[in-house]
Amino acid sequence: MKFRNGNKRKSIIPGFGLSFGVTITILSLVVLIPLCSLVVFASRLSPAEFLNIIMRPRVMASFWISLSTALAASLVNAVMGIILAWVLVRYEFPGKRFIDGIIELPFALPTAVAGISLTHLTTTNGWVGKVFYDLFGIRIAYSWLGITVALVFIGIPFVVRSIQPVLEKIDSQYEEAAMILGADSATTFRKVIFPEILPALISGFTLAFARCIGEYGSVVFIAGNTPYKTEIVPLLIMAELQEFDYAAATSIALAMLAIAFIILSANAILQSIASRRISGLN
Amino acid sequence: MEPQTNSGPLKWTLITASAVFLSVFLLLPLAYIVATALRQGMDAYLAAITDKYTCKAAWLTIQATLWAVAVNTVFGIAAAWCLTKFAFRGKKIISTCIDLPVTVSPIIAGLIYLLTFGRQSFLYPYLDSWNIKIIFAVPGIVLATIFVTFPFISRELLPVLTAQGTDEEEAAALMGAGAFTIFRKVTLPHIKWALLYGVVLCTARAMGEFGAVSVLSGHLWGKTNTLPLYIELLYQGYDFTGAFAASSLLVVMAIIILALRLWLERRGSKELDIRK
Repeated sequence: MKFRNGNKRKSIIPGFGLSFGVTITILSLVVLIPLCSLVVFASRLSPAEFLNIIMRPRVMASFWISLSTALAASLVNAVMGIILAWVLVRYEFPGKRFIDGIIELPFALPTAVAGISLTHLTTTNGWVGKVFYDLFGIRIAYSWLGITVALVFIGIPFVVRSIQPVLEKIDSQYEEAAMILGADSATTFRKVIFPEILPALISGFTLAFARCIGEYGSVVFIAGNTPYKTEIVPLLIMAELQEFDYAAATSIALAMLAIAFIILSANAILQSIASRRISGLN
Repeated sequence: MEPQTNSGPLKWTLITASAVFLSVFLLLPLAYIVATALRQGMDAYLAAITDKYTCKAAWLTIQATLWAVAVNTVFGIAAAWCLTKFAFRGKKIISTCIDLPVTVSPIIAGLIYLLTFGRQSFLYPYLDSWNIKIIFAVPGIVLATIFVTFPFISRELLPVLTAQGTDEEEAAALMGAGAFTIFRKVTLPHIKWALLYGVVLCTARAMGEFGAVSVLSGHLWGKTNTLPLYIELLYQGYDFTGAFAASSLLVVMAIIILALRLWLERRGSKELDIRK
């Protein structure tokens, strides 16, 4: 590459202008201009107006429901994700390929389809809901629990697919060494394997969490959409739009974008801390 | 080579836990859709899926999916080529912008198009005077579908092209090949499987998109209902056979997509092994 030292732009491969032009044009039309319109519209709102909308009890309640259900579902998925990834990487058993294949189902199955199916299954006279209602008196559909169930469904692939490749790469020498030195299997997992998969676990967890907060299709049916109780943020935005209250919808959307931004930045920071800890460069 | 921890009761406990979890959360909903769709017999099922409005909704879904795949393929190839074969400032910004749509909630995706093309937008008078309808019409649905699947193809192509480097294209260019020849003869064979994989992912998401499309559709019967939206309407009208029958069409598509994905993954990794 010596001949490219002087001028960075000069590449002998043709087609820069065309590919750059196509990229920028489509990117602007599809992503940048619509996002700018959100900023332009939001800038017409005064900070007081914005805060007024965000501090409404109904809005605060919906943020609490969204965040708590997304957190609960992501925690379930983190635990099950570790187990699933472990089982898929370390064990041989009949049906392994099948399990590996269906983990992607939540990506492939339209969310609305998953939503109506999960709702019907978990109402008090559904196949699963009836069992829970008769035995424990627990209602799943149209409650906080129902929203969490739908979000668990949506989030399954994220943690598994983040951990799986990392687990595949771990050298079994370290585990053998730990065991020869007298560690039992729980200690080996906690001290040797867990620190290695931690960064992947965090990134899978935050991806699932971010996705769960924005999820609409699968939750809309199972939530029941009662304000203050089972109304998540995307549903509330939808409700404001149906009343043509664009100012409220935009304000809530901005708050949601801010939360997503915080989650993704937190992930980036945690990633760098975790990878530094593993490589031992404190 | 298997460490000792991996034997005995722990192994089977974990396998059973995984199998139970996946059966309850993934297989049961799938089986339930098929069972409910067929509950009132085969005739009712066939009547439901050949219904005039179901067919119209399915056709709109196919249209939106084809548009999304076409636009994102062109964009994906252009962006991947531009970002990996040339050195210029601002690459990082472009690639961040490409990934933006998947980090945004689908409802917000719908909202930004509503704000761009809706009644309160400064564009609206122009669009109105030219008689262009975007919101609550087919173009809005297509745009929303393109938006939510935007990075799916480029994200598959970028790592492959980055790993491949620029040497082969430079050699071809030195020997006098034009841009399209280089792309067709040198680059395309490398990215063939990644491209197909991206197209499969894009199709899966495009045909199932619900939130963004829901904001922009206006729910006009037979005009702006995609299949997922039509399922919602049937479900809210307590036509459960119809809703689950229409859902079963999407279940079949989802299974085809999963199978294609597995096949592509295996095929693609085989090709890579040979090259190594």
